[in-house]
Amino acid sequence: MAVLVDKSTRLIVQGITGKEGTFHAKGAAEYGTHVVGGVTPGKGGSTHEGWPVFNTVAEAVEKTGANATVIFVPPPFAADAILEAEDAGLPLIVCITEGIPTLDMVKVWAKIKDSASRLIGPNCPGVISPGKAKIGIMPARIHLEGSVGIVSKSGTLTYEAVHQLTQRGIGQSTAIGIGGDPIIGTTHIDALRLLNDDPETEAIIMIGEIGGSAEEAAAAFVKQYVKKPVVGFIAGQTAPPGRRMGHAGAIISGGQGTAAEKMKAMTEAGIHVVVSPADIGAKLAEVIGRA
Amino acid sequence: MKIHEYQAKTILAKYGVPVPRGEVANTLPEAAEAARTLLANGASGVVVKAQIHAGGRGKGGGVKVVRTLAAAEDAAKAILGMQLVTHQTGPAGQKVQRLLIEETAAIDRELYLGIVLDRAAGKLVFMASQAGGMEIEEVAAKDPDAIFKEEIDPVIGLAAYQCRKLAFKLGLKPTQINQAVVFFQSLYKAFVETDASLLEINPFITTKDDKLFALDAKMTFDDNALFRHPDEKALRDVAEEDPLEVEASKYALNYIKLDGSIACMVNGAGLAMATMDIIQYAGGSPANFLDVGGGATQEQIEHAFEILLSDKNVKAIFINIFGGILRVDRLATGVVAAARKLSVTVPIVLRLEGTNVEEGRQILKDSGLNFQVGSTMKEAADLVVAAAKVGA
Repeated sequence: MAVLVDKSTRLIVQGITGKEGTFHAKGAAEYGTHVVGGVTPGKGGSTHEGWPVFNTVAEAVEKTGANATVIFVPPPFAADAILEAEDAGLPLIVCITEGIPTLDMVKVWAKIKDSASRLIGPNCPGVISPGKAKIGIMPARIHLEGSVGIVSKSGTLTYEAVHQLTQRGIGQSTAIGIGGDPIIGTTHIDALRLLNDDPETEAIIMIGEIGGSAEEAAAAFVKQYVKKPVVGFIAGQTAPPGRRMGHAGAIISGGQGTAAEKMKAMTEAGIHVVVSPADIGAKLAEVIGRA
Repeated sequence: MKIHEYQAKTILAKYGVPVPRGEVANTLPEAAEAARTLLANGASGVVVKAQIHAGGRGKGGGVKVVRTLAAAEDAAKAILGMQLVTHQTGPAGQKVQRLLIEETAAIDRELYLGIVLDRAAGKLVFMASQAGGMEIEEVAAKDPDAIFKEEIDPVIGLAAYQCRKLAFKLGLKPTQINQAVVFFQSLYKAFVETDASLLEINPFITTKDDKLFALDAKMTFDDNALFRHPDEKALRDVAEEDPLEVEASKYALNYIKLDGSIACMVNGAGLAMATMDIIQYAGGSPANFLDVGGGATQEQIEHAFEILLSDKNVKAIFINIFGGILRVDRLATGVVAAARKLSVTVPIVLRLEGTNVEEGRQILKDSGLNFQVGSTMKEAADLVVAAAKVGA
């Protein structure tokens, strides 16, 4: 059954007439995702690449029965796009946009934290349940349907982990890119909870990076609740303090948020932590007895 | 984006935050003139403060309190142009190119104020502590209860009662409480309206005549919000940044210089960090962080090469690309063109995955250039570490 996205997903694309929106709407549809339309304010009533375009998210939901949205709206307008999707009652909102001002997200979070809508991202690759459907920008062909769940702050590092698994013939249930920003809608813990509760997921890969303390909190959660084997990796073991490593959230500040602290907390929680990013797939294979 | 203390104080003053009278000085005559004016207008002394983008300036000898004009001139001469070393600058230090000349204050108490994002709460937090003048990280580590915090509801803002709570916990006098409320709320307003990512007043002082001042101010802005603050972009001081990082930023390349000998070029921030990690794991040391992003153009790749090669420590280059959307053959063509154009002599090791990877490998092979291709990330890391050792 996987989590978050599957054959029952009815997806709209906010920003569908843009270059990115068009490209990835097609990619999702080619992969088998049920893309039902898109939203571009001012272009309502037209069709784009065969999909109906609406002026507002509310109208798109009403006319298409959409239950998920993916946002490809430029950073100055992306927070508003999330709020509009929440207001329209969409249960799943995936925001790909990178570069949203933090204070915009503080406001969005105040609204969305108690909402029935789940936000994935922003600044993330999206979610894929291999063999079923995908919402996002990940290259579909590297995936293989199976039973390993993945949660990661980083896009390319998720692809790396998926690739290492697929090369060993080990498939994935759902890969969730939660995003590299300081404020994200779905945290490591939220994703772990979903994967832990998913009967199709047998093992989990958790990829984090320097900055914040979400990985430590996730480790505590794993220790207490997760019975499935978890393999972990933290990027940024060699990152200097006080510098933002690409992602807005990837910064060691005041000695907090180092890779060493996170790896220690994860190891203590019984997570199989690998030091080298090249060993993620091999370690997972080992712990599930497929080495 | 970091700014200087004097710039932060100018901004805060606009929002009604009391700051000491002062002037920025780029030259010794300007410093002398600023000191003369302050002393002639009632200042009992002046402080000469180095303006660099790093903390710990006082301990490093970058701040001097003097009573006379002659002493101010001597202090300015000593500090301006010095290579100031603090715990945040690294051993090479940072050259002091500007001074802030300020009047001294009759300090009664030194306290701490700060506004930061609490990621877990998804809210801004106003922090206050009686341990002013110390590194707040040190206070947090030794005695976390000494830091008082109020989470701020973005809809309501920093409420007056929250300010009073903090002010009383700081032990401010009843006569100072209302001033403190205005002071704290002004700081919050300045933070929100400028899209700051950090604001620290350390020390926040009370004076013997019951006034409150921001004696120091540290402010950084959210890079993601600069698009709506053109005035803030103008505050950038590139002299404070690494020249290679300044160059990289011109081409929208996410580059951070490090001390090692193996340069890396990677797509994606997470993979770029992981690439640095695997270089170290393989026994080498990374020369930089570089994320060329998902849609790197040939021009960007050329510029990236130029930047990597102008780092004299670099003995080998590791290109680690996981092409999701990016087509590997196109990237390989760009790499070959850039390597030819720049006559690259250091060994280049590539690890390529993604669409059209076979065609990409063929293009590299056919080029006749000195490329080595690793089939996995580990193999490539081992190759590049070995290559860097030969080149060293």
